[in-house]
Amino acid sequence: MSTQLTPILTDFWDDPQSWTLATYEKHEGYQGLKKALGMKPEDLVQMTKDSGLRGRGGAGFPTGMKWGFLPPPDGGPRYLVVNADESEPGTCKDIPLMMAAPQFLIEGVAITSFAIGCNHAFIYLRGEVVHVYRRLLRAVEEAYAAGYLGKNILGSGFDLDVTVHAGAGAYICGEETALLDSLEGRRGQPRLKPPFPAVAGLYARPTVVNNVESIASVPPILLHGADWFTEMGTEKSQGFGIFSLSGHVKNPGQYEAPLGITLRELLDMAGGMRDPNKKLKFWTPGGSSTPLFTDEHLDIPLDFESVAAAGSMLGTRALQIFDETTCVVRAVDRWTDFYKHESCGKCTPCREGTWWLKQILGRLEHGQGDEEDLEKLLDVCDNILGRSFCALGDGATSPITSSIQYFRDEYLKHLELGHCPFDVRESTLFHKDRVTA
Amino acid sequence: MAGDNFGMQTAAGHLTVAAESKEPYTAEQLAGLDADAAQVIARYPQKRSALLPLLHLVQSVDGYVTGRGIDWCADKLDLSTAEVSGVATFYTQYKRHPNGEYTVGVCTNTLCAIMGGDQIFDEVSEHLGIGHDETTPDGKVTLERIECNAACDYAPVVMANWEFFDNQTPESTKALVDDLRAGKDVKPSRGPNKVCTFKQVSRVLAGFNDGLADEGVGAGPASLAGLEVAHEHGWTAPKAPKADSTKADDESADNKSSDNKSADAKTDAKADAKTEAKATGDAKAPGRHTSGNAAANDPDEKPTAQGTLFDDGAEGKGKEGKA
Ligand SMILES: Cc1cc2nc3c(=O)[nH]c(=O)nc-3n(C[C@H](O)[C@H](O)[C@H](O)COP(=O)(O)O)c2cc1C
Ligand code: SF4
Ligand code: FES
Repeated sequence: MSTQLTPILTDFWDDPQSWTLATYEKHEGYQGLKKALGMKPEDLVQMTKDSGLRGRGGAGFPTGMKWGFLPPPDGGPRYLVVNADESEPGTCKDIPLMMAAPQFLIEGVAITSFAIGCNHAFIYLRGEVVHVYRRLLRAVEEAYAAGYLGKNILGSGFDLDVTVHAGAGAYICGEETALLDSLEGRRGQPRLKPPFPAVAGLYARPTVVNNVESIASVPPILLHGADWFTEMGTEKSQGFGIFSLSGHVKNPGQYEAPLGITLRELLDMAGGMRDPNKKLKFWTPGGSSTPLFTDEHLDIPLDFESVAAAGSMLGTRALQIFDETTCVVRAVDRWTDFYKHESCGKCTPCREGTWWLKQILGRLEHGQGDEEDLEKLLDVCDNILGRSFCALGDGATSPITSSIQYFRDEYLKHLELGHCPFDVRESTLFHKDRVTA
Repeated sequence: MAGDNFGMQTAAGHLTVAAESKEPYTAEQLAGLDADAAQVIARYPQKRSALLPLLHLVQSVDGYVTGRGIDWCADKLDLSTAEVSGVATFYTQYKRHPNGEYTVGVCTNTLCAIMGGDQIFDEVSEHLGIGHDETTPDGKVTLERIECNAACDYAPVVMANWEFFDNQTPESTKALVDDLRAGKDVKPSRGPNKVCTFKQVSRVLAGFNDGLADEGVGAGPASLAGLEVAHEHGWTAPKAPKADSTKADDESADNKSSDNKSADAKTDAKADAKTEAKATGDAKAPGRHTSGNAAANDPDEKPTAQGTLFDDGAEGKGKEGKA
């Protein structure tokens, strides 16, 4: 294998008290902030631009450029809001990061706030992870006590308050404008853009919304330099990222690597497929909202451009791996159930469309319906994609259209047999254990 | 969410609440709630932002979102009760009828379902004799199907009062609910030493730290999988340029000197972390690019047939493309 792992954010997760400030300080913690406070904010923005860091929350928008979109200061407040809602199916990197090393995020928040002129930052955490919330609350307390947050931070004259806010269970609140509505105490429904959050975000004030991993990457970049960061990754997808392997692999988990690593390399590192006799069937490169890949795509470099060129999206690097014991129709049916359940109801194509998609997929999985249903699915998808108010609707169509593209025969097989051809027990974690026990 | 569980809602969409849930708070309860609310409201520039935490706080006292809780939130935040119940019905963590002391949520999103979550849910449901969002007669356990809880590398996952129980089986989950019903302490895979009650956890979610942050592991085994591989092979991230990182003011004038440093860094990086194959690869070879943000670096390259997934729209092209 040619690419090597680059533990940076994951570097000391195995320390017995990895989440404490003391541990963080032993690993260069807050040296970046000290350096930042001696710099000009505009130089920090420029450095982030030079590093090529692109948002780690899914879209890959250049982080420095996003900060640069804020209008010039007008004396009123400007906000940083960290998107810690992590709910895209398959995505499981921000939660372990905040559980194991929350101070990375807090230092990143402090540096970013200084760079964009924000004195009150918010971390919007999904509500269903109470221990992570405890760790974040504690991390903020420790940072205040050490003078890294609060008034006149390290004697610089810069003030920053950080509020950690828990949501209450809604995938759509990960969409940045829905998140802002939710943080304002409303139903989490997306807002019309423009105006973009940079112009009118939280409380209609200029706001930067960034993913947890994006912000946590800022301290090491600042400390080691933009050049250090661009040494890693590919020409247009610079730096490192956490790749999350789950499903039918021997050692699922978090693998921090330069962008551009391939699934073949990652699978090698993860001990291969869980059962070496079972072939890889399909996988998601970046969560359930990104079109499926198959074993044809094992050598696609996992960077923004290459994955897009192959017809999918890098998304959140959530690599959900399914072997040949898995029924693709069942998988897609369940994801569709998810989108139906999580559709916020604001716009018709998504609200009604996801409901109908679920009806059709439900019957197909049970071998009912007919071949025309496949065309109907594609037709409904066509009416959702690009016609929905936000990207949730678009995402709902990804698993459907890609699975029909690669596995049309398997859909037909269901119809032919009048039932699902798979034994659901064979794909479970405990089936293997029971068989080999 | 806009779902099919609006059992407690009228056709017009209003939340109907049981009459007894309108019973006023005692003076003592009210004093406690009011004092807490003052702290919550003080965290935000605008008080309406306190609504989600206040609803968690209501659940910490009442065990679900009661009629009196809605009235109280509306009163504290100068909202109408319709506005409050509109928010309360949007989010799945807010319960519309009395909840058990422990919510046991089985992840049945695709990955967990396939790895065994479906069997776990079915067997536990049969074992307890209750279905989704139903509570055992002793009031101990409410069973739920939950969506992906950001722990797919530990599939199949079960959450008990929003603490992680990793790599579950039908047997382990049945044992878990039996222990909870028997009043035994249970310890999550990644979390505090024991699972707290629904009311206690709701108070934490309102932003009141219970002091348990230092309990439990930092990372579970799957979270460390990559780090262990790196240790085995002696892989580390590239070494940083040997810059004097404490000296801040030479930063902006750094352009000249950084050439030297990054030359070092490049050699280091190649030696340490990049192999020949990677380094000699074609366009994908790692390298330093001062043009990181040049116009050519189109931020949102996507498959042309696709829409605007995760669109930030910050570049302003999203909506036009859709129209
Ligand atoms: C339905 C939906 C869910 C999303 N969920 C998340 C999420 O949980 N976390 C996240 O960081 N971004 C999520 N996003 C993307 C955000 O809208 C936004 O692009 C991101 O937070 C920007 O941060 P970044 O530039 O640092 O990536 C979601 C987008 C959509 C449409
Ligand atoms: S696409 Fe779906 S989630 Fe997004 S606004 Fe429309 S209904 Fe809501
Ligand atoms: S699918 Fe169950 S935790 Fe992600």
